[in-house]
Amino acid sequence: MSDVLFAPFQYEFMQRAFVAALVVGTLCSTIGTYVVLRKLSFIGDGIAHASFAGIVIAYLRGVDFYLGAAVVAVLTAIGIGFVNRRGNVSLDTAIGVLFTGAFALGVFLMSRLPTYNVDLQGFLFGDILAVSRTDIVVIVVLSCFVFIVLALLYRPLLYTSFDPVVAQASGVPAAFVSYVLLVLLALTIVVSLEAVGIVLVAALLVTPAATAYQLTSRFRPMLALSVAIGAACSVAGLYLSYYLHAASGATIVLLVTAVFFIAMLVRRRRNRPA
Amino acid sequence: MERGQAVGIVGPNGSGKSTLLKAIAGLVAPSAGSIDVFGKAPRALRPGTIAYVPQVEAVDWNFPANVYDVVAMGRFPRMHPLAPFSKHDRDVVVAALGALRMGDLRDRQISQLSGGQQQRTFVARAIAQEPELLLLDEPTTGVDAATEDALLELIRDLVAKGLPVVMTTHDLDRAAEWFDRLMVVDRRVLAFGDPATVLESGAYAGIREHVHTHGHARLDAAGYDAARRDA
Repeated sequence: MSDVLFAPFQYEFMQRAFVAALVVGTLCSTIGTYVVLRKLSFIGDGIAHASFAGIVIAYLRGVDFYLGAAVVAVLTAIGIGFVNRRGNVSLDTAIGVLFTGAFALGVFLMSRLPTYNVDLQGFLFGDILAVSRTDIVVIVVLSCFVFIVLALLYRPLLYTSFDPVVAQASGVPAAFVSYVLLVLLALTIVVSLEAVGIVLVAALLVTPAATAYQLTSRFRPMLALSVAIGAACSVAGLYLSYYLHAASGATIVLLVTAVFFIAMLVRRRRNRPA
Repeated sequence: MERGQAVGIVGPNGSGKSTLLKAIAGLVAPSAGSIDVFGKAPRALRPGTIAYVPQVEAVDWNFPANVYDVVAMGRFPRMHPLAPFSKHDRDVVVAALGALRMGDLRDRQISQLSGGQQQRTFVARAIAQEPELLLLDEPTTGVDAATEDALLELIRDLVAKGLPVVMTTHDLDRAAEWFDRLMVVDRRVLAFGDPATVLESGAYAGIREHVHTHGHARLDAAGYDAARRDA
């Protein structure tokens, strides 16, 4: 048994992969709780796709990909917040147009590269086994930043997630809080790209929180369970992918999806109204 | 307006009662002029100063929270971001629940509340905030008669303790006896002052007759001017 548990750790790249999986799983499922309650999942998916343009542009200009992805992701997040508040265009339409457009720009630029680029392709589905020592530092530092801001804004975030209008009337800066959350969401997505990739990051944002939502009835237990599911599934999924010789990002997402459906069945059996 | 006063805003549907209340709460900018609350713009006030109870609560009732959680949110604007709930905070929340007779329902999931209970939960949250100005948008809409009486009595108590209250209502008959000051609006202020005086004036009579006979339709121009002259 211990062989099965520890075998993967003989490789240094696997050690790094486990750290990355644990941190990214925890981070995504924490912010994912707000994503689910504030119904931002489509925005999360959109930001992830748009950031691909940033990655390709960063590659073309020889800049670090984190920088390119972060700039584009944060700008898109702020732009979305703006459209959302103004409300002239329907939000899902704006996201549908802008983000597929930005994603197409990334693919377009990549396809014009002289050689087919495996590195860039990797960002679509993530490659957690390729996480470098530098990546780990970036992931951990950015994650700490996101966690600290989330902790500082715990109450305003909770209040505005439930009732933004009344919160604002009582003096909570609702608009500011929602912009900060979008920026944190953008940073979370950038941190997760290497590990799970653009296409699958939305699942890691939404599924653990949606699972916890079904099994709990108050905010704090929901947050705690979401984090537990996200972290556990990320690590377990990485183990599975190691032994099944499968893509790790996809294995992790399949695992949380399976847990989601189990939770749905459990809830149905308990027949709990909520 | 003065401390310990209840100001009523009456007017037909679509007359801007709710919008006026939102402007006082700092949720919408006035299209002309400015609003001062305690000598400042509403948004510049210390957090927790204004408590607002909207007419229709467009919240997600499946939000993972029970009654206590929601009422406790009323404390948030008053608290340091990282300070834990103090004994005072908890006492205030429990007292607010008690005042609205929601003590027995404190652990009830909010998705399980009736319309009247939802409304009481939100009034309790507003009271738990210990505001310096309470704004209520037709708080008695959709609640049963017993709840309505209890709610109005409670608000009257708060007023007696010195809390200024501004409340919109469509209940013109009750408005006359209930408020210290009455404002009649229909896109502009038609009358403002002592309820008895406003009651005597054409502004009140015109709108009452109008509401009773025409439902939601607007006063015609002649009625407007007549009402305005009388006011």
